[in-house]
Amino acid sequence: MTERHILKDHNVERRVFLSRLFIGAGIAAVLVCVLISRMVYLQVEQHAYYTTKSDSYRIHTLPVAPNRGRIYDRNGILLADNKPSYNLTVVKESARSIDESLDLLATMIELTEDDREKLQGRLKRRPVPFSSVPVRLNLSEEEIANIAVNQFRLPGFAIEAQLVRHYPQGELMAHAIGYIGSISEEEMKTLDPVNYKGTDEIGKIGVERFYEDILHGTVGYEQVEKNASGRIMQVLSRTDPVAGQDVVLHLDSKLQKAAVDSLGEFKGGVIALDPATGGVLAMVSKPSFDPNLFIGGISRADYARLSKDKNTPLFNRALGKYSPGSTIKPFLGLAALDTGLRTREYTVSDPGHFHIDGSSHVYHDWTWWVNRSGHDLVSLERAIYQSCDVYFFDLATDMSIDTMHDFLAQFGFGRNTSIDIPQASNGTLPSTQWKRDAMGQPWYPGETVNSSIGQGYTETTPLQLATATMLMANHGKWHQPAMVKRLGLNSPDIERTSEYPDIQVQNADDWTFIGHAMSEVVHKGTGGYRNTGTAYPYIAANNPLAYTMAGKSGTAQVKSMPADFKKSDLVPEEYRDNALFIAFAPVEDPKIAVAVFVEHGESGSSIAGPIARQIIDAYLLDESGKLKPEFTPPAPLPTAPMLSASAP
Amino acid sequence: MLTPEARKFTGSLGAGLERKRPWSERLHVDLPLLCALVILLGFGLMVLYSATNQNLPEVRRQVSFIGVAFIAMFTVAQFDVRWLKLWAPWMFLGGVMLLGAVLLFGEVTNGARRWIDLPGLPRFQPSEVMKILVPLTVASFLSRRVIPPTFLQLLACITIIGVPVVLVAIQPDLGTALLITVAGMFVLLLAGLRWKWVFLALTLAVVAAPALWVFYMDDYQKNRIHTFLDPEREPLGAGWNIIQSKTAIGSGGIYGKGWLNGVQSRLDYLPEGQTDFIVAVLAEEFGLVGIMFLLTLYIVIIGRALYIAGVAQDLFARLLAGSLTLTFFVYVFVNIGMVSGLLPVVGVPLPLVSLGGTSIISLMTGFGILMSVHTHRTARIGY
Repeated sequence: MTERHILKDHNVERRVFLSRLFIGAGIAAVLVCVLISRMVYLQVEQHAYYTTKSDSYRIHTLPVAPNRGRIYDRNGILLADNKPSYNLTVVKESARSIDESLDLLATMIELTEDDREKLQGRLKRRPVPFSSVPVRLNLSEEEIANIAVNQFRLPGFAIEAQLVRHYPQGELMAHAIGYIGSISEEEMKTLDPVNYKGTDEIGKIGVERFYEDILHGTVGYEQVEKNASGRIMQVLSRTDPVAGQDVVLHLDSKLQKAAVDSLGEFKGGVIALDPATGGVLAMVSKPSFDPNLFIGGISRADYARLSKDKNTPLFNRALGKYSPGSTIKPFLGLAALDTGLRTREYTVSDPGHFHIDGSSHVYHDWTWWVNRSGHDLVSLERAIYQSCDVYFFDLATDMSIDTMHDFLAQFGFGRNTSIDIPQASNGTLPSTQWKRDAMGQPWYPGETVNSSIGQGYTETTPLQLATATMLMANHGKWHQPAMVKRLGLNSPDIERTSEYPDIQVQNADDWTFIGHAMSEVVHKGTGGYRNTGTAYPYIAANNPLAYTMAGKSGTAQVKSMPADFKKSDLVPEEYRDNALFIAFAPVEDPKIAVAVFVEHGESGSSIAGPIARQIIDAYLLDESGKLKPEFTPPAPLPTAPMLSASAP
Repeated sequence: MLTPEARKFTGSLGAGLERKRPWSERLHVDLPLLCALVILLGFGLMVLYSATNQNLPEVRRQVSFIGVAFIAMFTVAQFDVRWLKLWAPWMFLGGVMLLGAVLLFGEVTNGARRWIDLPGLPRFQPSEVMKILVPLTVASFLSRRVIPPTFLQLLACITIIGVPVVLVAIQPDLGTALLITVAGMFVLLLAGLRWKWVFLALTLAVVAAPALWVFYMDDYQKNRIHTFLDPEREPLGAGWNIIQSKTAIGSGGIYGKGWLNGVQSRLDYLPEGQTDFIVAVLAEEFGLVGIMFLLTLYIVIIGRALYIAGVAQDLFARLLAGSLTLTFFVYVFVNIGMVSGLLPVVGVPLPLVSLGGTSIISLMTGFGILMSVHTHRTARIGY
């Protein structure tokens, strides 16, 4: 390397350098001022804004769902409970990939396609980000262990203990208390969004739905601090939820069970009422279903199975409308006496058939199909215990449909008189007005004839029949049917006053008279074929009752068909007559009123009647077949109805 | 193989002994600079302890890096910078070769080839070394000539700067490439580069920027610019960092939430809270007061370093010291500017505070050079 000699002016060099250095330092100073003013802007000017923002990231208010109120029967037996369940939940934001994680989970726990489908639905309905959503409910201990071991591979997933609804009685109570299920998008729109923030399920039908507000309770809150991945780091404050109130039903589990058993293989519905309160002692509809299927959202397969079953297990037959058949007769008999159109002594000669003057149409008594004869001379009493059709056909010539309508309406036919069973049908109580409104047609006299034996347009629900029977037993004293006896396990019963006026008749003794005729349906067995109660051979003949039972059978035509064909076994099941029976007991001091509906049961007296008796037996009798102490009258006094006979 | 020039310098070492020097100067340590650095590093460790969620092993690792950095600083300070001036071309050549080696054999992390693993040495980024070697070489080149530089000399300097910059840029590491460019340019500017060329270069840069955008920048880099212009565009994606850091800073207020009480980093809302975004943690916990304290420390360090550059005895030392100081300031400004949302997000750590050994060691080496500049002065009066 050759030495290079350069002439350097060190002073100039230094001056050039220093001036540049000063410029650099000056620019740096300006930039420092920029930084400082930026910081002042962020930390002083915008401090409040960013403080709020910071809190909004980390502080989250989480709803704490209240425990749902339990449902008990009148004896304190649990019908709807909350059971701890270990659920696998996921916070979507914290999970790596839902699908991959689910694939991994499927190797550890049982995870069906259905579970995955439900999860997608829940994720869509999720109210706020970072909230946990159930993946699978009811993990077994083994499954919990499997997940715990692999927890690190499943970010965002957690096992949470949660109380879930459980119906220990399963199918038995399904139609009586209903069930809860996932909140639908429709329901979401009408709910109080605040109170339901932590709740996934809502009463869908029955008591669970009607008393939703009471059972649900009030939501609580937890203020938590969450980190960026959504994990709760600490709870800052907590407002406890208020649990829903327990509800006690009038329902008697043992009676309910007896009613289900007594129906045997038949489809049908049963309502039993407590005449003293109108409380529903039993509400049965067969076939039934397991309400537990609806918890956590029913699977598509289960729902399809239930809803497509031709036996319609989801339909509550106790609240459905059917022709009442002859069960309507005691009420029309009372109407006949009360309107003065008939006296107790008035008789009709029944040759087995009937026709209206000026009409060629012949109406046959049911006896015609048995032995081509009638009942001969029939009074009202015999017309009831023998279920004579011609007597009522004849009554229909004197009593207008509107008179029938008005009288029967007092018993609650044609409307839903219940306190808390809104899903019950109104049935149909025809009148000229009704026909004009519903069909735009005038009423024909022949239709009154059909109505007089509970056929034609007339349709009633087992609940209405039981209510009317209770009113008959009560001599017109109204109690609206109600499921719920009291709110809270130990609080007093709810006092309810009926919004319907008690039924007044001109001669109060007519109640006793009709009640007596109804008891003859069951008990009269001394007068040979013509003078025997229709149900006597099937109810009391071979098995004496420990109490007096009043009843009335009904066999309602489902489809009109040639009479001779009807008797044969060739009739397909769905066209067979419906069998009905209404009853109350003991007659002197009624403790229970029952309506039994047996779908395609063919005979009110022989099929529905014995079922009614078994139900009443189960309620009134102890194991030894004697009246339970609480139902034994204190002393053989003159019965209350006899005393009230002198009333105006 | 010493040049006559070098022999002259070794001789001058003896001349220095004539004057009685304080112990710190004999150890080649500048006390004011050392004090400010120690306070800053201590404060930085405190913030880091909180930013790592009180992760003591992590902090210990940082402490050992700082230890290594001090050793590097002391070692470098013992050498007279005139040695560096002599060896600059060779070191530069070695550095360029290392960069070439990185491109051929480097380890790929995050899609870029930046690290090299030489036997017997810890893994390091040669591009980091270039941050010192480029200004060193440019200063060495210019100080042998008359300043201000001629156009030919300017072109030579641009070549010295350009070769490593291109090699780093294709790793790709645009951030480091830019910082190397800045460090080299500072030498040229301090050497009195004519203003008309400065403005010409600036105009060229403005014109070239769109071309850079279209032909060179990756999507992630374009995204950073987009995000800088509108962080709310992707609040949960690319904008998240800057929104969270501004939230952390803003919610700190004047006095802060207190040490270890910052929620943004503790709850993981602030990403990179230990590294590039550590100043947000500091601002949240110590407030504006803490920020002012930090800036004061930086001002003291930079001020002292500028003084050292100003009183340095020869052109090479001046240019090198001035360039290192201004580059240091650029790091501080870019980092704080980026975290507070003034500048787009580029991967620049907060000098001497952010977690990470490479940055601290190379910065302290720079301060070692400054201390060497200041403590190897000869008592030649009149210069």
